[in-house]
Formats: sequence, C-alpha cells, structure tokens
Amino acid sequence: MADLRTDFAGIKSPNPFWLASGPPTNTYGQVAKAFDQGWGGAVWKTIGEPIINVFSRYGAVDLGPTRMMGFNNIELISDRPIADNLKEIAEVKRNYPKHAIIASLMVESKRAAWHEMVKQTEDTGADGIELNFGCPHGMSERGMGSAVGQVPDYTCQIVEWVKEVATIPVIVKLTPNVTDITYIARAAVQGGADALSLINTINSIVAVDLETFEPQPSVRGKSSHGGYCGPAVKPIALHLVSAVAKDPQVTIPISGIGGIGSWRDATEFIALGAGSLQVCTAVMHYGFRIVEDLIDGLSNWMDERGHRTLADVRGRALPRVTKWEELDLNYHLLAHIDQDKCIKCELCWTACEDGAHQAIRRLPRDNGGPVVEIIEEACVGCNLCALVCPVQDCITMEPVPNDFAPVTWKEYAAGKGKLAPRSEQFHTATWSKSR
Amino acid sequence: MADFDFADIAPPLTPDYALLEANKCLFCHDAPCTLACPTHIDVPAFIKKIATGNLRGSARVILEPNPFGHSCARACPVEVLCEGACVLNDRDEQPIKIALLQRHATDYVLERKLKLFQAGKPTGKKVAIVGAGPAGLSCARDLRRAGHAVTVFEAKPLPGGLSTYGIAEYKLKADVALAEVQDILDLGVELKLGVMIESLGPLLEEYDAVFVGVGLGRTKSLGIPGEELEGVVDALTFIEHLKTHPYHETRVGKRVLVIGAGNTAIDAVTQAKRLGAEESTIVYRRGEDDMPCYDYEYELAKRDGCAFRFHALPKRIVGNGRVEGLEVETSDKKCETIPCDMIIVAIGQGPRGEFVVPQGNPRVFVGGDCANGGAEIVNAAAEGVAVARRIHELLGRSHG
Repeated sequence: MADLRTDFAGIKSPNPFWLASGPPTNTYGQVAKAFDQGWGGAVWKTIGEPIINVFSRYGAVDLGPTRMMGFNNIELISDRPIADNLKEIAEVKRNYPKHAIIASLMVESKRAAWHEMVKQTEDTGADGIELNFGCPHGMSERGMGSAVGQVPDYTCQIVEWVKEVATIPVIVKLTPNVTDITYIARAAVQGGADALSLINTINSIVAVDLETFEPQPSVRGKSSHGGYCGPAVKPIALHLVSAVAKDPQVTIPISGIGGIGSWRDATEFIALGAGSLQVCTAVMHYGFRIVEDLIDGLSNWMDERGHRTLADVRGRALPRVTKWEELDLNYHLLAHIDQDKCIKCELCWTACEDGAHQAIRRLPRDNGGPVVEIIEEACVGCNLCALVCPVQDCITMEPVPNDFAPVTWKEYAAGKGKLAPRSEQFHTATWSKSR
Repeated sequence: MADFDFADIAPPLTPDYALLEANKCLFCHDAPCTLACPTHIDVPAFIKKIATGNLRGSARVILEPNPFGHSCARACPVEVLCEGACVLNDRDEQPIKIALLQRHATDYVLERKLKLFQAGKPTGKKVAIVGAGPAGLSCARDLRRAGHAVTVFEAKPLPGGLSTYGIAEYKLKADVALAEVQDILDLGVELKLGVMIESLGPLLEEYDAVFVGVGLGRTKSLGIPGEELEGVVDALTFIEHLKTHPYHETRVGKRVLVIGAGNTAIDAVTQAKRLGAEESTIVYRRGEDDMPCYDYEYELAKRDGCAFRFHALPKRIVGNGRVEGLEVETSDKKCETIPCDMIIVAIGQGPRGEFVVPQGNPRVFVGGDCANGGAEIVNAAAEGVAVARRIHELLGRSHG
C-alpha cells in the first residue's frame, strides 16, 4: 500500500490533498467535515480585515453538457471577524492534530499590520501560513492580493516582514497574472519564504448574457473581472508549476493548485514537482467526498507501478520538460490508422485537410473498404488526426526509424549534426477538388 | 369510459437531454446519416446547431430539403435510415437519437409559429397539384418559394394525405400533421378540398404545369368468400377513422384478427389493442422471418401484447351477417377456424385504377406513392421537392 504521508516544508499531513483557500474552508464545520472524509489538510479562507461581499459572485463556462469546465469568482476574502476565524482554526487544530491546517492571510501592506496578523495566527497552533499574493479581483484594487504578487519588490518586502516574526512555515501563493512567474517566485525565495503555492486564479470575464449584455456574474447589471479556475486552467497551472520547479534559484517546495479534480490531475502536478496539492473548484462542484477517489486512485496507481512514497514520483516528469531548442529534430512520426477500428466518421480527414497538412486521402464510401488513408509522404506526425479520432487507439503515431543521430535545433543552428531527409510534400501540398 | 393510451411512443427530449445527445454527435464529414436520408438532410449540421442553441437555424437545415421534416421526425423508419447509418453503431453504441433531435428542433419553430420560408416574387406562372399529400405539398412549398402560383386539389376533407390520415396514432397525431401542413399553406397555396380530379385535360388548359401526387388506391381485397360481412374493414379506413374521431367512436372487436404483416398491419394490430381489443392477432400466411414489417415494428406489436399466427393462409371469412371467424389453411394443409368478431385487412394498397396519368407530356409530373409504388413520407417529400425544381426549370425556361 502506497505511503501518501506528506511533509511539506515541515508541514505534515496524512496525504497530500489539501483544500485550497476558498469557500470550502470558510468555517470550522466545513473543515472538520472535510477532514472526517479524508482530506489531509486545509488552507483556511483568507483572513484579513472583514470585507463586504456582493451578491452574485460566481460565473461558469460549460462545455456542451459538462457544467463548470471553467469557473470564476468575484468573491473577496473572509467576511467573518478575524477573531472568529482564528478561534475556529485553533479548534480544528485541537480536534485534528494530525491534519495540516494553514492560515491564509491578507492584510494591508504595512509592516505592523502583518506582524500583528502573523502573531495572532501563530497563537492558534496553525501548522503554517499562506500569504495570499494572488487574488486578482477586488482586493487588488485596494493594494492587496495580486497587486502585491505582481511586483517582485513588494513580494520580497512583505515576505521579509512576515518572516521577521513567523516561527511556522510561510508559503507564498503566487498569481499567474504576470509575464514571467519565476521572477515573483525568486522574490519570494529572496524574502525568505519556506514554500510556494501556485497558481491563484486567472483574470477573466467568463460570459456575457446575450439577452441583456450583462457580463457574468452580474451584480445589478454590471460585473467585474474575476478569478478563473476549474478544469480549464489545469494546463496553465501545470506549466507554471514546472517553470518554477525547474528554476535553479527556486529550491523550496511547491504546492500545486489549478484545476485538480481527479487523482490523475493530482499525479501530473506531483510529477511536475508539486509537494502537496490544493483543490477548491472540484469540491465546490462535487463536495468533499471526491477525496476518496483522489486517495484511492493515486494509491492504486502507485501500487501498480511500485512507487512506495510520493518522493518516488515527485518531479519525475521535470527532466523531460525542456526548451524547444533541445528537442530532437530527427525524431520522425507517421500517423497510422487501424482500419478495423475505424468507424468512418472522417473527422481525421476534415481536421488534417482544413487544419493541418492535407496528409489524409478520402476513398469512396461505397467501395465498402476504408474511407481514409494516410498520405505518408505528406504526414508531418503532428498528432491532430489522433487527437480528433473518437475511437481509442484507432489512430496511433508510429515512430519512423532513420539512420540519423538525434540533432536539436540548438546543435543544428550551431552547424552540428545532420537532418534526416523530409518529404518535399511537407510544404507543397495543395488543395484540389479531387482530393 | 376506458382510458386510451395513444401517448407518443417516442416522447420529446427535454432541453437538457437534447443538449447532451446533440453533443454526443461526432459531426462526421460526408456523414452516413445524411447519405441515408432520402431528402439528404445535413444531419450533423442541424445537430451541431442544437448544441449551440441555434434551434431556428437547426430547423431550417431540416426543413429546407424536407418540408415534412416535422412528420418525418415522428414517422420515419430511422432505424433503417439515418440512425441505422450512424457511425456510433460501429463503435458498438446506440446511435445518436436523430429523430428525437429533429423533433426537438422542428417542434421549436412549429410551436412558436416561426416562419422560416417566404413566398417568392410572383412569376405569373400557375401550377396545379393533384393530391395534398406529402409529395404534392412539398412540391407546392418550393414552387411558392420560387414565386409560382399553386393550386392544390384534394379529394379528402383534410390536407396532408397519409401524414394526416395514415400514421399510427402513437407516432403522429393528425393535429400535429395539420399544423405542419398549415405552415406550407401559409405561403399562399390555394387549397381546394373535396375535389376529385377525374382527368388532367382541363387542368392542362388552365395551368402551366401539373403535378400528380395522388398516392395509392384502396387496400387490396383478399379475394376470399365473406369479405362483405359486417366487421371486416380495411386497415387504412380503420386507422383513418381512429385519427379523425374521438377514440371511443372507433369500433373495435373483442377478438381482432389483422391479416397481413407489413408496417400498416402492425399499426392496425397495435391500435386495435390500444382501443380495447382483448385479443389482437396478426394472421400471416408465411413465417416470422418473412414478415415484411421492420424489426422494430414487430417489437412494438409484441410489446403491446399482440399475438401472431404464422403460416395461416386465409381461405374464408365465416359468419352470419357479422363476422364470426376466419378459416385458415395451416402449414400442414389442415383447415382451422379462428374465432373473431373483427377482421382488419392490411395486405397493401393497389394502384389508383380510376386515375390514369398521361405519359409523355412535358408539363405533367408525378411523385410520391403513385410514382414509387408506395414508400415513406420522406420519400414523397424528396420527390415533391425534386419535382418542384424541375417544374421551376421548365417554367423559368418558358418564362424567358
């Protein structure tokens, strides 16, 4: 049985699955219920001077019949008194000593204010502090959240203030709404952060009501940009986690956040360097119960492959993330269609013909045989046909061996190595009615 | 009074279900469903429009090539047409519910009385159409869109032909069929009901072209003694009466025999059962595998609790004034009398003997059942639309 116990910058939890700071971690009752159902940790809904929220706070993007493929919010930090939040954090820690409980904090950018907030938080017995430098909406207009996290100097400065008094690990939560997240990550490291968490939400307008022209979520006919999250943002988060994890100047642990809904998502984050995982939108959609399969799925996957601990998996995909210029130009692929599996929808043909390299030939439907075939000399091995094919393993990308040694663009541009020959048709395919 | 169950056997999709189903469609290129449709409706296109919430556009994609797209959504044998051709069958899955999606889109425009088509600028040309069935009215619609004046002559008191009179009640009700017909008439089609055209001569003098879509004639007779007995009816008359009267006004026996095993026979045997027959039985001279009805129609009859007597050749209807039984010859050449109090004859329609279409006249066109020997609404619609194009070409030429 895989050992999922997690030690993240000194914060221990029975498994790597934490609730991210947000609506699911607003109260004692929610967090206690989540721990009872198996969550390993929770980052409390961000605490600060209580705010006043608007009614109507969330918007979503559906994909066909699938609800909430993307999700956004214009909700601010906790609207509950600081004292109430701290009292409940203390109570959770007392009743669930083995679980990780982390306080997310956001106060105005004054040294004294941060000192006071950190000290009060430490009195609760919380295992760690997360600095919310990421919320892109509302609070940023008041000089907090992403207004801090978008400026390396501010990030570094406030982390320093916090570290002046903090005795428990300090996690800095990063915003993706920057040109290069590694600059912010380095600033946090420079300020003395013990760990990073990313990504916070992405600036967004999720929808416009076409009857009324109201952007969503609508507050008496108007809206404001909100933080985007949910399954849609996972690829962005995976990239940013890997970028920070690969940065040689960032040597502290990373908590992965962004669109995690399944153990598969979670495992991808771990493979790209995440030491713990934070989940919010999926819980807002399906409830705390999803943790059961997060744990079960990850454990089974690890058991089947002989991984005993999370350390066996963590960062395993990172060496495979490289610059484009380090990819092998002599690795050639050819699409292969398994005609026995083909259901003759011709989606591969349409996609290749209009959207790629005109490397699939149509055959008459009435001949009873195949209706599509690969034009091998025109195929550039781009994957598009395999991606659109609705039948599993019907179109596969097969390596085409050649006698040429691998050569990267970096080498080739420097005059080293030889390119394996490529078909003239790569560039010369032309449209004709007869195709 | 007994409750009759003639609710739709294929109830409409909810909006959520329609969205789910529409998104299952793969959006095939050169789609087999489209190729399988006699009117070649661009099925993936109309389904994609349902997925994007463009129901008006979806209905237009359906109704443009098929003026009876609404009836066809309910009456088409989709299992052997579009849905039978769906590539998902090859993935060992249920095909897309094309008929129900088609209904979803066409119901939307019919319920809101949205007008998708307009009459064209008047050309001054006049076309007579004989028969207000799916073929004639499909032809009429497209001729009106082209701007030609159209007069439709119909012998029956209601337009729509078999779409109104001949589809089993649990598939398509007459008022729905008539609403679809009205949509076509609203383009400015002149309709003359209760008019039996005996000869085309006078029409050819008054009109620039004539389309004949008179359908088939009466149900064929069995040619055995006793057919004149009270309680012996033909299937079309039986179904027509059911569809144009309150249910309790259509007489049905306690023990009903339906002679024949085609799709109309299935309609008759199931409707008789649903009208209250204690026993409703198909009597067929050949075996189960020889039945000309579609497999799923056979399933419908079995599900309704209908019975089947195979290898029973009708020899004589017995009775004293009223039918009391059917004498049949069984496969081992023995005679047996099956007791009954009603016999419905469903062995197919003959051609219209009384109506001879003049051959070789370039201004005379035919379409629908009277031309193809009897097929589905969708075939009649396809032919009506095709003929409209030919007539338009003819009139356009003489116009210029």
